[in-house]
Amino acid sequence: MIDLVWLIPLFPFIGFLICGLGRNVLPKALLGGIASLAVIVSFAVSLGIFLQFDAKTAAVVNLFDWINVGTINIPFAFQIDQLSILMLLIITGIGSLIHIYSTAYMSHDAGFGKFFSYLNLFVFFMLLLVLGENYIIMFIGWEGVGLCSYLLIGFWYTNGEYADAAKKAFIMNRIGDLGFLIGVFVIIATFGSSSFSAVFPQAQALVSGDTTLTLITILLFIGATGKSAQLPLFTWLPDAMAGPTPVSALIHAATMVTAGIYMIARSNILFSLSPVTMSIIAVVGLATAIIAAIIALTQTDIKKVLAYSTVSQLGYMFLGLGVGAYTGAFFHVLTHAFFKALLFLGAGSVIHAMSNEQDMRNMGGLRKKLPTTFITMLAGTIAISGLPPFAGFFSKDEILAHVFEHNVVLWVIGVLGALLTAFYMFRMMFLTFWGSFRGTEEQKHHLHESPAAMTVPLIVLAILSVVGGFIGVPEALHGSHWLANYLSPIFEASNSRLGELSLSHATEYALMAVSVVGVIIAIAIAYVKYVKNGHVPLADSEARPALAKLSYHKFYFDEFYAALITKPLDALSGFFYKTVDKSGIDGIVNGVSKAPVEASKGFRLLQTGNVGFYIFAMVIGIVAVLAYSFFKF
Amino acid sequence: MDNITATIQVVPLNHYILLSAIIFTIGVIGVLIRRNAIIIFMSVELMLNAVNLLLTAFSAYSGDASGQVFVFFIMALAAAEVAVGLAIIVMVYRNTNSIDINVLNRLKW
Amino acid sequence: MSLFYLVAFLSILFSLLVIFTKNPVHSVLYLIATFFTFTIHYILLNAQFLAVVNFIVYMGAIMVLFLFVLMLMNLNKDTEPVKSNLIKIIGVIAGGALLVTLVGASKALQTSAVSAGPNSEIGLVENLGKVLFNEFLLPFELSSLLLLSALVGAILLARKDKKTQNG
Repeated sequence: MIDLVWLIPLFPFIGFLICGLGRNVLPKALLGGIASLAVIVSFAVSLGIFLQFDAKTAAVVNLFDWINVGTINIPFAFQIDQLSILMLLIITGIGSLIHIYSTAYMSHDAGFGKFFSYLNLFVFFMLLLVLGENYIIMFIGWEGVGLCSYLLIGFWYTNGEYADAAKKAFIMNRIGDLGFLIGVFVIIATFGSSSFSAVFPQAQALVSGDTTLTLITILLFIGATGKSAQLPLFTWLPDAMAGPTPVSALIHAATMVTAGIYMIARSNILFSLSPVTMSIIAVVGLATAIIAAIIALTQTDIKKVLAYSTVSQLGYMFLGLGVGAYTGAFFHVLTHAFFKALLFLGAGSVIHAMSNEQDMRNMGGLRKKLPTTFITMLAGTIAISGLPPFAGFFSKDEILAHVFEHNVVLWVIGVLGALLTAFYMFRMMFLTFWGSFRGTEEQKHHLHESPAAMTVPLIVLAILSVVGGFIGVPEALHGSHWLANYLSPIFEASNSRLGELSLSHATEYALMAVSVVGVIIAIAIAYVKYVKNGHVPLADSEARPALAKLSYHKFYFDEFYAALITKPLDALSGFFYKTVDKSGIDGIVNGVSKAPVEASKGFRLLQTGNVGFYIFAMVIGIVAVLAYSFFKF
Repeated sequence: MDNITATIQVVPLNHYILLSAIIFTIGVIGVLIRRNAIIIFMSVELMLNAVNLLLTAFSAYSGDASGQVFVFFIMALAAAEVAVGLAIIVMVYRNTNSIDINVLNRLKW
Repeated sequence: MSLFYLVAFLSILFSLLVIFTKNPVHSVLYLIATFFTFTIHYILLNAQFLAVVNFIVYMGAIMVLFLFVLMLMNLNKDTEPVKSNLIKIIGVIAGGALLVTLVGASKALQTSAVSAGPNSEIGLVENLGKVLFNEFLLPFELSSLLLLSALVGAILLARKDKKTQNG
């Protein structure tokens, strides 16, 4: 079974080819069926591997020798271990659900076949990313998902704003990718190989805080900040909501954006040996979590709220990585994939029902009209808020417990972020599903529950969001923490270095109690404000208090980048265009041609047509030639 | 005749060169200062003859007949040149009613 | 010896008169005189054949042709175009510069040392004819072609174009 691992990425690739080539030929039902089936079959194979694989060491499946130059040998090989298997399950499992969902969601779109071919291509690259046995294969997948993300964000490319958002995502990712690529080069230069099986054992022999390792990890982390939308490269993710909602669910919530976390978890030993980088990751992650949460407080676009929530949750994951809670971070990746995909798909369902209305100020009271969507989204919201026994509670709690042990200040800020999360998520729920309908009559008339192809994935994901946390119930709650045991071979070396969680059970209970109580209070405040008092966010034109304004305008990050980077770059390119290219290079080129023209215009006048003058010039010439050759002045 | 040739033997070759140079220069000056096409033509003949004289002198002084053969050819050439050149001048005169070379200034740009 | 200097003086004098005389007809006559002095030079150099050819072809044929053309055009002093004095001065200066350069160049080359004296036999018709018809036979024959083409060309050019005349 494990030898058949190459089948997993193959099916989506075949699906991509069929959908891509047959997008204008095949009927929509067939296209959607093929694309969904490809991912479902991959899921089945992944499941088979998951059930069969129980080795403590990674299994490497060598497909063929790919690059063989000098001493560098890069095989095209896949690595199967607990980490990649879980990622496979997330990608293909949630991917399947989202594909099924999309067959209904995109059914009216003209680019139906194109959409599914992109989606399948994305799954292919994402699988390549997690299956790769070395950083180069990972990088192929890394770039590939970036490409698909670009294609799908700009799916409705006729809208200039959407196309800009796609470009923004692509360029921001490029910045990070450069860091990742350089990091891979440094790895190859340092360890002589890019294979995980060769790099990690060598790295273990190094001392903690090694300069090269710190450099490598910082470069890799830069790559992760781009892909996983962390400070300072996070601004592309909210804009990426320009893509169709299933794309936001699959790429910008469940899978691609967690690639950075996967990569760091994969390279955990390198990071464990670089305390400096770990601290940077923790601080950046926490800062991202808080800032994104604050921005999410005032957003009015339902997808933007979810986008900032994603950024914020990714920040938590990085916070977890930064304090050495690799299992916790990965646990959160898992649960976040469930509930955030659910929330996005639910939002998609709402948008679908509202005839493409995304502004929450025009929603309200949808509870009755969309019961399934409402119930499932509520489950997701509770899960993300971190109320037991929903999935988010366990993963977030595990991260925060590690943070508490690491640094109390970070913990306080982290819990604060969690409370904000609960607040803005319930704000979104209340604005959308409670109160009275604020949209137009026409929208009200069209309100309808989504078809089964959309609600079934919602229900499945909702169940997962509810029970998903039980794979990682901590010891303190009399759980066995199956996930930690399952992943232990991956994080063994790091855990032995960083030490296990050593909090007493009493402390853990206290921490849980604090966050749960806090979350309930936050929800209560949101309820009072948005349901009891019926508060609706202000229109864009109305003045806001300073802090709300700051949050509403996303801390002016875009404006800041525009002023700091875009404007100088524009000025620089303008300079190069106008001065260097137009005046300089063109000037030289044109000058070369213009000089003879102008000179000939001048010299032409010498041709007076006056024969006497010609003869005179000839005599002068003869004198000059003779004088030169005989007297050598 | 022998008597005459004997007397010129004492004339240095340099004097012939000088004479030729002077005549040649006079021809050049004639070309430069006159506008009458026929006079210019005659000045050219002067220059040709200066060269002829010098070639003959060289030939005689070095005892090589080739120089004088060249002169012969130059004369043949000069005859042809004069015939064609004068024909051109006649043609020009017929068309412009003048043989002022400054009238022939359309050969430009 | 003194004869050479006398003739040389006359050559320079006549050639100066050629270019400075206003009347073109007089110019032609002075040119004939110049060529006559050249003929004397050839005789002095014992180049008898060239002397004869110069006398017949240049003085006889070419100069008559010049005179004939002048007569044909009916040119006289009044129609003679005049150049400004400035141009004349510049022309003379340029010519002087050329002369200085030529003389200076000949001085710089130091050609005066010619070992063999003038061979009295070389310029005779017989000797020259032998050279001409041995070594230079082909150029000699080709020159006839040249003269023929010049003949044709001259006739073609000087012929009155009926079309332009009528039209």
